Amino acid sequence: MCAWFVPRPDPLADGARVGGRREALRFMGAALLASGMFPWPEARAAENAALAFGSGSLEGALKALGAVLDPSPRVRLAVPDFVENGSVVPVEVTSELPGSQTICVFSEANPFPLVARFVVPEGTDPYVSTRIKVAESCNIYALVQADGRYFSAVKATTVTVGGCGNG
Amino acid sequence: MAEPMRIRARLKEGVTEVHVLMLHPMETGFRKDDAGRPISAHYITDVQISVQGRTVLSATLSRAVSQDPLLYFRFQGGRVDDTIRVDWIDTLGERRTDEAQIQG
Repeated sequence: MCAWFVPRPDPLADGARVGGRREALRFMGAALLASGMFPWPEARAAENAALAFGSGSLEGALKALGAVLDPSPRVRLAVPDFVENGSVVPVEVTSELPGSQTICVFSEANPFPLVARFVVPEGTDPYVSTRIKVAESCNIYALVQADGRYFSAVKATTVTVGGCGNG
Repeated sequence: MAEPMRIRARLKEGVTEVHVLMLHPMETGFRKDDAGRPISAHYITDVQISVQGRTVLSATLSRAVSQDPLLYFRFQGGRVDDTIRVDWIDTLGERRTDEAQIQG
C-alpha cells in the first residue's frame, strides 16, 4: 500500500482550534507520512502546504508556504466577474513561466483561504481548471511556483449568494 | 462507498486533455441540517492522477473545493489506450480508485 493513502482528518474535528498548534502538528504528521512518495523538496513543501491549508488568513497561508505575492503577467487567472452562486465558482489558472512546479488557488474571504494546491510534474501543462466555493465577494489569487520562485495573479469576483453556509 | 468517478481523457495533437469528476459531498463542516444540527466536515483531501504508473497531477484539496470536484488539465506524451488512473482519499479515510483509457 502506498504511503500516500494516509487519511488526513478534518482539522476542525474533535474541537481542534482553528490554526492551533495541535491542528498544525496533526496536519504535519499526515504530511510527513505521506511524504514517502515525494522526493525531499516536495516532501518539505507538502508539510508547509499542510500548515497553509490550516491557516485562517491569506497572509498566514502565504507565510506557511514561504511565498509572497509577486504579480506577474505570465500567470493568468480566469474567474467570472460576477457569480450568482458562490458554491460553484469556475477557476482556471494558466502559467507561461518555464519551470512551473505548483499552482495554488486562494479565496481571500474564505474561513481558510487556501482552496487547493496542485503539483504539476514535468510533462504536464502548468494549467488547471476547477470549481471552488467563495464565501463572499473578494479577491481570488493564483500562486505559481516556478524554478523555486513565486508569482501571482489576482482577480476580484462579486458573489450574490455566498458558498460557505447553508442555502 | 462513493460513486464511480467520471474520467474522460482524450489525445489531441500530442496533448492529452483530462476531465475528472469526483462525486463527493465536500461538506465544509460549517453547514447545519434542517434541524439545526451541524453537519460534520467530509471532503476529499488528496487526489493523485497517473498514466501508466507516471504521476501527471497531484492535488491537495480543501473544503472550499465545490461539491463533486471537477478537475481539468492537460499533459504531454499520452497514447491512445493508455490507462489513466485517479485515486482520492477524504477526511474520513474513504478512498476511491477509478481508471479509464485515453481516447483518440
